[in-house]
Amino acid sequence: MSILYFLVQQTMFFSIPLLIVALGGMFSERGGVVNIALEGIMIMGAFAGILFINTYQGVLPGQPVLIIAIIISVATGVLVSLTHAYASINMKADQVISGTAINMFAPAFAIYVARMLRTVQQIPFVNEFRIESVPYAGSIPVIGPLFFQNTYITTYLGLIILLASSFVLYKTKFGLRLRSCGEHPQAADSVGINVYKMRYAGVMISGGLAGLGGLVFIIPTSTNFNATVSGYGFLALAVLIFGQWKPSRILLSAFFFGLLKATASSYSGIEWLKNIPIHSNVYKMMPYIVTLIVLAFTSKKSQAPKAEGIPYDKGGR
Amino acid sequence: MPKGRGIRRITTVMNQKLKQILSLNNSASLISSLMAIVVGLAVGFIVLLVSNPSQALGGFGAILASGFGDRKSMGQVLYFATPIIMTGLSVAFASRTGLFNIGASGQFIAGAYAAIVVGVKCTFLPGHTLWIAALIAAMAAGALWGLVPGILKAMFNVNEVISCIMMNYIGMYLVNFLITITVFDSLKNQTMRVPANANMPKMGLDAIFSNGANVSSANSGILVSIIMAIVLFIILEKTKFGYELKACGFNREAAKYAGINERSSIISSMLIAGAMAGLGGALLYLAGSGKGIDVVDVLAAEGFNGIPVALLALNNPIGVIFSGLFISYLTVGGFNMQLYSFAPQVIEIIISIIIYFSAFALVLKGLLQRGGKRR
Repeated sequence: MSILYFLVQQTMFFSIPLLIVALGGMFSERGGVVNIALEGIMIMGAFAGILFINTYQGVLPGQPVLIIAIIISVATGVLVSLTHAYASINMKADQVISGTAINMFAPAFAIYVARMLRTVQQIPFVNEFRIESVPYAGSIPVIGPLFFQNTYITTYLGLIILLASSFVLYKTKFGLRLRSCGEHPQAADSVGINVYKMRYAGVMISGGLAGLGGLVFIIPTSTNFNATVSGYGFLALAVLIFGQWKPSRILLSAFFFGLLKATASSYSGIEWLKNIPIHSNVYKMMPYIVTLIVLAFTSKKSQAPKAEGIPYDKGGR
Repeated sequence: MPKGRGIRRITTVMNQKLKQILSLNNSASLISSLMAIVVGLAVGFIVLLVSNPSQALGGFGAILASGFGDRKSMGQVLYFATPIIMTGLSVAFASRTGLFNIGASGQFIAGAYAAIVVGVKCTFLPGHTLWIAALIAAMAAGALWGLVPGILKAMFNVNEVISCIMMNYIGMYLVNFLITITVFDSLKNQTMRVPANANMPKMGLDAIFSNGANVSSANSGILVSIIMAIVLFIILEKTKFGYELKACGFNREAAKYAGINERSSIISSMLIAGAMAGLGGALLYLAGSGKGIDVVDVLAAEGFNGIPVALLALNNPIGVIFSGLFISYLTVGGFNMQLYSFAPQVIEIIISIIIYFSAFALVLKGLLQRGGKRR
């Protein structure tokens, strides 16, 4: 049983950032802008958040530091995403190019600034944000150890974001308008929706969530920030496509992927898996191979937003 | 004929020529790329200025001048340019068929591994045949790694960006795994060294580009990459096959309607792109500089650096040679800039700004061309 608890807790650490970032990507792409910059935005968000924690840890108490860091990460993500929005919406540039530029800029910037400020590129932090057991809920049998022990407030934040995203996308006027801009911007424009504004909103939400996702990924899985999020931004893109741009399916695919990742990173702690003679690199490959296979079977009827990646030109109606 | 009219005619002819040149696709591309470069360098200078004003000028000078500073540096520019020209060609070639090959990293490392395995294990091959066999093996391995996303795209409609990213990770872990069971040097945690005749011939390039006895790592790999660029250029511009690939890139539906088999075009495009990146892996690790593949969980950066090289060249194979040399030049400048106590990452910041503005430059290019036609 303790193995199951351990695996579920580990899966949470890997799944929640993927979920948050993939949901971010969803907002951008449902609005019609491909956001391949998620990786870079995650790095910038994590960098700003961890730098704050590194500076104020000890000065301020634990959880408040985390909450302020979360706000800083989100704000940084939004700020960085604005450059992507400007290039792809106002300048009608190739969205992949400006995304690539941000992905290249972010780690270089994080290392450069860290080295100029602290002479080393790693930014250490003390993980004092882990919640041993949530009061009351943590002592419920089975459910307690599964979901309310050895956890972080960010886990619940991720789930709240999922519910909120689902609500915003399907139950609000904003969500309907955003989706229409991703499917048929000309039609949206003809009924008086400001396509540029909606797309800006989509990209900015994705930036905020990606920035948050960067921080959420680093805190449980590391003790210092080394200008990388290990390709999680790209994985989130895969989760997004695997999840067919829908919140509920994104949740499923994030947990599927997180489970495979968690197995790869902690199989040596699980007795019966350890005894099977499979090399650790094979476990590490598994999530990617499985994703490829699943994509091969599910991509035929892809439900990508129709106007995705195409700059909207008012004159081109 | 009165003198005045003659001059007027000459000037009108000249004007026409000038307009022709200006309206030419190429010069508009060149102008827009140059503008992106100027903006990128300016931002780089500002970054240096903000972080350490007193050293900024010296550091910036090192970036701009040190690639030409001495013969060894020039040789190092050639050495660093070789792999990124190859991955740049890989990205550029796939782009012409409308495919974004972000998987050059996996193709690169697959090729590098294949080359080293052949180099270490096939020592029965005499003399020059060993490195030639290694290059062929690298191209085959890279092609295989490019083939998978190609087939998935053509047959199953899988987004090539995602499958390429997956193949990058699979390639990295698989190569790490295979190294540990085949050609592992456990002391250095990297691949074994290949015998001397598995390395690319130096062809005297290391001696030409040297500071006395201090030779550079320049070798015939740069010539291979230039030849490959020319071959790809000819394929794209002068053959029916290349025309079909480009037609698919412009408009897949129209190409299909015109009777072009767009599936086989996608597959062959990714196959060739993969082979180029794989060859790049071989050329880096067979350069005779003592470099081996480290067994670490990090994707090969050379694959991703091919993206800016291709973008800056606007996906023209011949342009890739120059943009590869340019980025390599900046990289060498970045090493030397550390004398002024700046972190070399400023180079990547500059390159990323250049890419960002080259995305604008495409728009600018459109404006320039439109302006040229109107006149």
